[in-house]
Amino acid sequence: MSLILLAEQVLNGLQFGVMLFLMAAGLTLVFGVMGLINLAHGSLYMVGAFAAAAVAGATGSFLLALVAALAAAAAAGALVEVLVIRRLYGRDHLDQVLATFALILIFSEGTRWLFGSFPLYLNIPAWLSGPVLLPGGIQYPAYRLALIGVGLAVALGLHLLIGHTRVGIRIRAGEADREMIAALGVDISRLYTFVFALGAALAGLAGALVGAIQSVQVGMGEPVLILAFVVIVIGGIGSIKGALIGALLVGVTDTLGGLLLPRLFGLVLDPSAAASVGSALAAMLIYLLMAAVLVWRPSGLFGVRA
Amino acid sequence: MSERGFNALIAVGLIGFPLYALWLDEPFLITLATRAVVLALAGVGLNIALGIGGLVSLGHAVFFGIGGYAMGILASHAQAFDPIWQGAFTVTGTKSMPVIWLVALAASGLAALAIGALSLRTAGVYFIMITLAFGQMFFYFAISWPAYGGEDGLSIYVRNGFPGMNTLVPVQFYGLCLVLLFAGLALHWQIARSQFGLALNAARQSAVRVETVGLAPYRLRLIAFAISGMVTGLAGALFADLNRFVSPTMFSWQMSGEIMVFVILGGVARLFGPVVGAVLFITLEHLLGGISEYWLIWLGALLLGVVLFAPGGIVGLVTRRGHG
Repeated sequence: MSLILLAEQVLNGLQFGVMLFLMAAGLTLVFGVMGLINLAHGSLYMVGAFAAAAVAGATGSFLLALVAALAAAAAAGALVEVLVIRRLYGRDHLDQVLATFALILIFSEGTRWLFGSFPLYLNIPAWLSGPVLLPGGIQYPAYRLALIGVGLAVALGLHLLIGHTRVGIRIRAGEADREMIAALGVDISRLYTFVFALGAALAGLAGALVGAIQSVQVGMGEPVLILAFVVIVIGGIGSIKGALIGALLVGVTDTLGGLLLPRLFGLVLDPSAAASVGSALAAMLIYLLMAAVLVWRPSGLFGVRA
Repeated sequence: MSERGFNALIAVGLIGFPLYALWLDEPFLITLATRAVVLALAGVGLNIALGIGGLVSLGHAVFFGIGGYAMGILASHAQAFDPIWQGAFTVTGTKSMPVIWLVALAASGLAALAIGALSLRTAGVYFIMITLAFGQMFFYFAISWPAYGGEDGLSIYVRNGFPGMNTLVPVQFYGLCLVLLFAGLALHWQIARSQFGLALNAARQSAVRVETVGLAPYRLRLIAFAISGMVTGLAGALFADLNRFVSPTMFSWQMSGEIMVFVILGGVARLFGPVVGAVLFITLEHLLGGISEYWLIWLGALLLGVVLFAPGGIVGLVTRRGHG
């Protein structure tokens, strides 16, 4: 195994990680500010991907597709918040789980009804389709490199938004004490809708960006949603920093585990057994990582409350 | 109507339904009813953790799947005459339901202890997310482990046997499943009124108070979670026997969600809640599924309606009492 392959896989892991971050950031914000667990976050990811694929198919422009993904997911998020989610803030988590599970059914079947069961394809734009030569002689796809860039830029943007703007102050105040900021005259329901739509837009962006390297299909969001949960459990609920570090950890662990474990077992087992044991264990690796973090720190690496 | 009267009505309905189906000469309806009964048993399992203990587990498909694979692995070895383990002693597969059930109970109980020991260290949303994540772990493990069919699953050619019965006759297998469902309900009822159940219920309402009187909420919850997993695991073994097929979809998060939907549609913490929920689910699937390919939209809308406007579920609506 060459170092170049290893470096490529680390980059793949980072790319996977930053996309998980886009999902986890929205989830953790919504939980931190509104105390809501949203299973339908994966549906918003799917909405973004389908909107992008539809617009790219109609116009041929990838940038327009991304704008459409952001707009469609944010609009779907705002609509859902106003119609359903708003009624769930005071409820217990069981009600939130069920209502958002119901939303998954409605979103998934609704999308299947509109677009059919066959996957759609979203192409990588021509100006990002080739490889880039990185220092050390690594040939890496430009598109995946761009994904890493976008993910990190969003992380920086969120950091600035929450730490250095007026909206950010309100969001942090909402996390700390929601009655108090309502008493100070902040329109709390508008703030909630904004936060929810922001999280939805990030999920939609992730869906569109990943949709170009995978197929766009119904049910694509939920596996990513569950990985985002793993990220949040590792990073700690409500922490954007925890979400970023957890996401990168999960992304790199998963990618390197798939590469290294079968080879590692190859040292002691015969090749076919090593391949099956290694790949089965690699599939479980991030969950084992989660279990280890739970034993060590039950409220996550950067979590404050359990 | 009183809840007890409603429950009796449903029990009589479950016993009488196969006779009605036989009279109509529609054996397919018996298979459909068996599906409902087995899924109801899975829900009864979850209801022990969720209803009495307040543990919102979104990973009960793990135990359902383990029960299914216990049946699949034992029966596939038996049908291939290929021992599972050959060493100082030999372990062979089996086609006997009672043995399969015991293995399913033991395996899912152990898995529930392990998962519970980790995830009960947390509470609230963490618990929900962690149980969901462990469910996904088993799902991916089942897909990537090639020895037992991997993604394709395992087919069993002939349904397993039970001493003195012909399980290939739909009514007989239905009867067997129904007896186990009633046993599961009796277990729930017994737990709910036992000291253990009262302590567990108290831990749901206030863990601090329970601790103050000298009980450990963690241990209570862990035991409840293990029992709950075992009942759902047994249902998994029956479900696999009903279909004569196991696949990783038994481990999927949708399965966990559906098991929870049975409990909620019927009514959380209601003894017969999961039964009503599962029967309603199968009925809707059969009726709406025949009209529209997209029937899950209507299920979603119904579920949303129940959560937002009828927190006591169907049993609560019929008996007109909210649960406390």
